[in-house]
Amino acid sequence: MTRYLMKRILLLIPTLLGVSILVFSIIHLIPGDPAVAMLGQHATPQAVARLKKQLGLNRPLYIQFGKFMEGVVTLNLGRSTQTNEPAFQEVLHHYPATIELAFTAMLIAIFFSFSLGVTAACFPNTWIDYAVNIFSLTGISMPIFWLGLLFLLLFASHWRLFPFSGRVFPGYIFPTPTHFYTLDSLLTGNFKIIKDVFGHLFLPSLTLSTIPLAILTKTIRGSLLDVLHQEYIRTAYAKGVGRWKVIWKHALKNALIPVVTVAGLQFGYLLGGAILTETVFGWPGIGRLVVEAVKARDYPVLQASVLIIAFTFVFINTFTDFIYAYTDPRIHYL
Amino acid sequence: MGREGDAVKLDPADITDGESAQVTENIFDTLVTYRNSSTQIKPDLALSWSRSKNGEIWIFHLRHHVRFQDGTKFNAASVVFNFDQWMNPKDPYHKYGKFIYWQTMWGGFPGKVKKVQAIGKYTVKFTLSQPVAPFLKNLAMFCFAISSPPAVKKWKEDYFKHPVGTGPFKLVLWQRNERIVLDRNPYYWGEKPKIKRLIFVPIKDSTTRMLELERGDIDFMTGVNVEEVKILKKDPAVRVLAKPGMNIAYLAMNCEKPPFNQIAVRQAVRYAINIKKIVEKLYEGLAVPAVNPIPPMILGYNPRLKKFHYNPRKAKELLAKAGFPNGFSTTLWYPPISRQYIPDPKAVAEAMQADLRKVGIKVKLITYDWGSYLYKTEMGEHSMAILGWIGDNGDPDDFLYALLDKTNAVKPAQNIAFYTNEKVHRLLLQAQKIFNPEKRKILYQQAILIINQDSPWVPIAYADQIVAFNKKVKGFHLNPTGMLRFQNVEENP
Repeated sequence: MTRYLMKRILLLIPTLLGVSILVFSIIHLIPGDPAVAMLGQHATPQAVARLKKQLGLNRPLYIQFGKFMEGVVTLNLGRSTQTNEPAFQEVLHHYPATIELAFTAMLIAIFFSFSLGVTAACFPNTWIDYAVNIFSLTGISMPIFWLGLLFLLLFASHWRLFPFSGRVFPGYIFPTPTHFYTLDSLLTGNFKIIKDVFGHLFLPSLTLSTIPLAILTKTIRGSLLDVLHQEYIRTAYAKGVGRWKVIWKHALKNALIPVVTVAGLQFGYLLGGAILTETVFGWPGIGRLVVEAVKARDYPVLQASVLIIAFTFVFINTFTDFIYAYTDPRIHYL
Repeated sequence: MGREGDAVKLDPADITDGESAQVTENIFDTLVTYRNSSTQIKPDLALSWSRSKNGEIWIFHLRHHVRFQDGTKFNAASVVFNFDQWMNPKDPYHKYGKFIYWQTMWGGFPGKVKKVQAIGKYTVKFTLSQPVAPFLKNLAMFCFAISSPPAVKKWKEDYFKHPVGTGPFKLVLWQRNERIVLDRNPYYWGEKPKIKRLIFVPIKDSTTRMLELERGDIDFMTGVNVEEVKILKKDPAVRVLAKPGMNIAYLAMNCEKPPFNQIAVRQAVRYAINIKKIVEKLYEGLAVPAVNPIPPMILGYNPRLKKFHYNPRKAKELLAKAGFPNGFSTTLWYPPISRQYIPDPKAVAEAMQADLRKVGIKVKLITYDWGSYLYKTEMGEHSMAILGWIGDNGDPDDFLYALLDKTNAVKPAQNIAFYTNEKVHRLLLQAQKIFNPEKRKILYQQAILIINQDSPWVPIAYADQIVAFNKKVKGFHLNPTGMLRFQNVEENP
């Protein structure tokens, strides 16, 4: 196990290097001059030359790459052209919002997909199974912005149960040292603020959870059904083990292996910034930061965000592999 | 208050976007300002002013006992410090901004403003290199608001995050893409604002914005869609305020490209398109069909200008006369996004396409992303393109010289019809230097007469500007410049 983990961690190095090369190439291989793009079409040639020098764009590509890699390692990819803040800091300010959202969405998805998936697998080809199937198909095919708006209309506008947008009521001002508003609000100890922050989190995470929820439900159902048809399960039944014990103890752990992979990947996707959900709910996360950076041609921020998103994805993937190895001791690879 | 996006920067001299200006307008004051509901000038930080006979020297007498929000006293030295920073590339603080509006309004650094001096503790003298008729209107623009010199010196390139002015509200908190919080300024020299706190919240999706207003989560919203107006008008708790905007939407025909180099062809297009019907159908009654190249509130507008009523037969005759009895094929570009002056550009373009087909002009519709669209039209790649303009300061020069003078037909051009007429050019230059409004009006009307005859544009519409707010909000005035000031606004419980 330890050897496997070490190997997996060592494998991170070439992967991250590859990701960095890719992000570097995006900026340098796409047509058009970043300096011109940043300054706008009315820029004078002198201004373009000055900016190129400042950004190091006038130097040979390999030197630029070296500088870029140095920036990646020292977490210094320049300053935002809009806010003049260090690009990484800008990303780190927006990331907690996305992490908070993705994490809650994933919790909702895992909780409900387990209940639904296991129930469906226990009663295959009954009306319960069909209902779960229809539910997950709907979840997969539902356009997320439409669902978000629907939730807003029902829960926020019609029943007035939840707030519309943002992370907190704009009038509540409190210190936000961690940028995780759920934590920060708990630190204030003010119940009104805590309730408001969690209320703001609910609808966007519910919306965002629908796709992983649907996919996970389908995966759990399918995988559990597969396992339930295997011979050792029949043996267990034959030995007189009760139905629920067979399912929970003997079947579920083995059925979990593909589920862990899917859940890990889904979580990775969610952390990449849910642009649509963030837009509908006015959620100031990394998805919206990327969109704004593209619009403002803020290359440093764009580079830093893409890099962080890619790195997170790689780390989540590796972490998934660890859980994988834990759930199935047979996994050693190589 | 909910709006489409967040501010970019909060240094008024260094911004070009409306979202930023909406905020700085409430933090800062200018030397002179616009009246609540018009672009007429009234005193602000300057109580009175006079100008020399030739119009090149202006003296401003400043208000006493004014303090910036950081406690610094306001005086002539503060004004000189600000102007020097904007206009003088050698000023140590000039490098911290781009001051794009300065360049546009005064034609470079320093441009038409030669010198700004303090000639007393509360007296400032401006020396211009030539008379500038819209001088006061320019000075009233949001971009020439006075900042606290110690704050500029302290924050340098980060001043835009820590703006300090003399206005009714001061900045308390700016969480990017989340909220900007302003509080009442305790030092404010004028009547104290009635609301304690003013919060700007970016809510990108217009439906969400509308729903939040209906629920009472926000009290005020901008960026109201034409369709949403209908819904909001039915809500008893909401007031929709629509007022004629200082804008125009137009279809520019590229006069450099055949066949639009012929006046007859351009006039034929004007006769062929049923503008009245398009505006009635696609602006939902929130616009007036345009004839003049300037909206009615602007000096020089001619209500009796010859109209090109919808007349396909006349269009065909003119086309035949120009050598196109069977019409021709061309392209028509339309903006990819809705603007204040055109809520649904694609629908307008399609209606025009249908009308033009009836007279034999086959039109292919084209669009690009907004940035590319502006760039490509400025470079004259189009044959016909729909675009519009929102006036900055209420002066005719800001419309006619900017959009139809030959000086601005040089690529990248603001005059995207690439219309050049010597006589119009002379009239516009002359009008820039005359202060008598009656005389200016005559010059502009003469220019408009020629432009109407030459028809580089099909003027489309003057659209209303629309905001919606909770009926609890009282005392709000919509200014034609689109600026939103909350100084006199109060909120009933």
